[in-house]
Amino acid sequence: MAKKVKANAGNAGIVKVKTFEFEGSLQLESGKSLGPITIAYETWGTLNHDRSNAVLIAHAFSGDSHAAGFYEGETVPGWWDDLIGPEKAFDTDKYFIICPNVIGGCRGSTGPASINPATGKPYATAFPIVTIGDMVLAQKKLIDHLGIKKLLSVAGGSMGGMLALEWAAQYPDSVASVIPIAAALKHSPQQIAFDEVGRQAVMADPNWNGGNYYGGSAPEKGLAVARMIGHITYMSKSSMEEKFSRRLKNDDLSFSFNADFEVERYLRYRGENFVGRFDANSYLYITKAMDYFDLSGEKFFGRNKTINTKFLVIAFTSDWLYPVEQSKEIVKLMKSRHVDVSFCEIQSEYGHDSFLVETDEESHLIKHFLKGLA
Amino acid sequence: MNENRLDIKIISEFIKPASRVLDLGCGEGDLLASLIAEKKVLGQGIEIDPMAVRKCIEKGLNVTQENIENGLSWYPDNSFDYVILNQSMQQVLHVDKLLQEAFRVGKYVIVGFPNFAQLRSRLDIFFFGRTPITKSLPYQWFDTPNVHFLTIKDFKVFCARKGFRILAARYIGEKGEIKFWPNLFAVDGVFLVAKE
Repeated sequence: MAKKVKANAGNAGIVKVKTFEFEGSLQLESGKSLGPITIAYETWGTLNHDRSNAVLIAHAFSGDSHAAGFYEGETVPGWWDDLIGPEKAFDTDKYFIICPNVIGGCRGSTGPASINPATGKPYATAFPIVTIGDMVLAQKKLIDHLGIKKLLSVAGGSMGGMLALEWAAQYPDSVASVIPIAAALKHSPQQIAFDEVGRQAVMADPNWNGGNYYGGSAPEKGLAVARMIGHITYMSKSSMEEKFSRRLKNDDLSFSFNADFEVERYLRYRGENFVGRFDANSYLYITKAMDYFDLSGEKFFGRNKTINTKFLVIAFTSDWLYPVEQSKEIVKLMKSRHVDVSFCEIQSEYGHDSFLVETDEESHLIKHFLKGLA
Repeated sequence: MNENRLDIKIISEFIKPASRVLDLGCGEGDLLASLIAEKKVLGQGIEIDPMAVRKCIEKGLNVTQENIENGLSWYPDNSFDYVILNQSMQQVLHVDKLLQEAFRVGKYVIVGFPNFAQLRSRLDIFFFGRTPITKSLPYQWFDTPNVHFLTIKDFKVFCARKGFRILAARYIGEKGEIKFWPNLFAVDGVFLVAKE
């Protein structure tokens, strides 16, 4: 492992998925309970002696625990590899970085595709509805298990930013800082609408079969369409123009319903690629969790309360799915309670995807913010 | 660098230790950093320029990227002891509204601005018929962030009319602090103001 790190100076090295089994059960916001649960997670760097250098990275909707480094034998690094590694923003020489997969997900943590101990079969839609709050509750169990009393920071983009906000709301004494990026205190009707269209696409696929498709054919067509819609919302008008314009896949129009345009081909590719790594039921559960999320108004603090957690809020100018205004709502709420908050709007053309691709400025801000906490 | 900035020194002398400070148009945060280091204030800033915001975050400062004409509505009444407008008041459109807001969120307002009636400005206009370019007004007319051009006297009249009480006034000349005939010799005025 050390050898590999040396060979690729600056990257987080080879990483393996670990699992934490929580034998008890979680009392969920819905009133139902879930347990036992498994949480898949990855870590980078070393926990220091007084356990004060731990940073939790929260992944976005379709993300997973593989935030950085490489799995043995693979060449594609984790989804936030630009930010996590030696001397990067989340400096693995200084910090102990933890990235867990959310419950309700399908990348190693307990979700609808997991076996229901009551029946010995996959939960499918018997899996209870989980919220962002429930996901954080599960993450807290992991952090307790790792012996960490207080996280130095919780950071993430998109749904990861919501999870970071939820951490600060639920466990303010357990997080010194949070970094919500391209996030919101609640989904707008527009965001809920896109999620609903995605869910309807999945459920309209006959293979979905009320959620009971495990062991048979998955609703791949529906899930692919949902993902195609998602990808449109992650880009900006100008980034699509730049990336595809009206360029054709072949020299001539086919005069058929084949994918003539580059943009069609791209979306089809993205959709097909997604079904191989994502469970359709998880798509339903996780989008629902995001739509239910609401920490606006009094819901974050309760009346006349405040917290000592410091905030760095980051937004991207071209992000129309989680627009700058939503980040400013977070800033505004924090200021109204005298919470330390810094806010920066990064100039970018990549839309909501910016938090994954426009990493230079993002890294710079995060690096210095974290340094200032010490 | 900060030792050379007379405006920072003067503002620092206005401010009581450990007070709560909001710097409107804090730029790269030199003043805030100095106030935090020297006066142990609880300070935060608002700045519109993203590159300047970035510099503030490098310094470990608490800063929000926003237009100061919008950003004050975020704060509850009496959130600060001092609200600072150093070289930023002349750059906003609605000065009156901004100052009212500043007094809503803060007890004292500190204002620093370039004096348009300084001798060199007067000479530029009188003898050359040109828009003045001076030490404190270094911009060409077509490329200036300033939208208001005011004099020391203008500001005093304005305060009297609005019921703002000037608790202290300090003047910066071309070679250091000055006391006499500020409206003629000061390049900058720095005022500590309260609302009556």
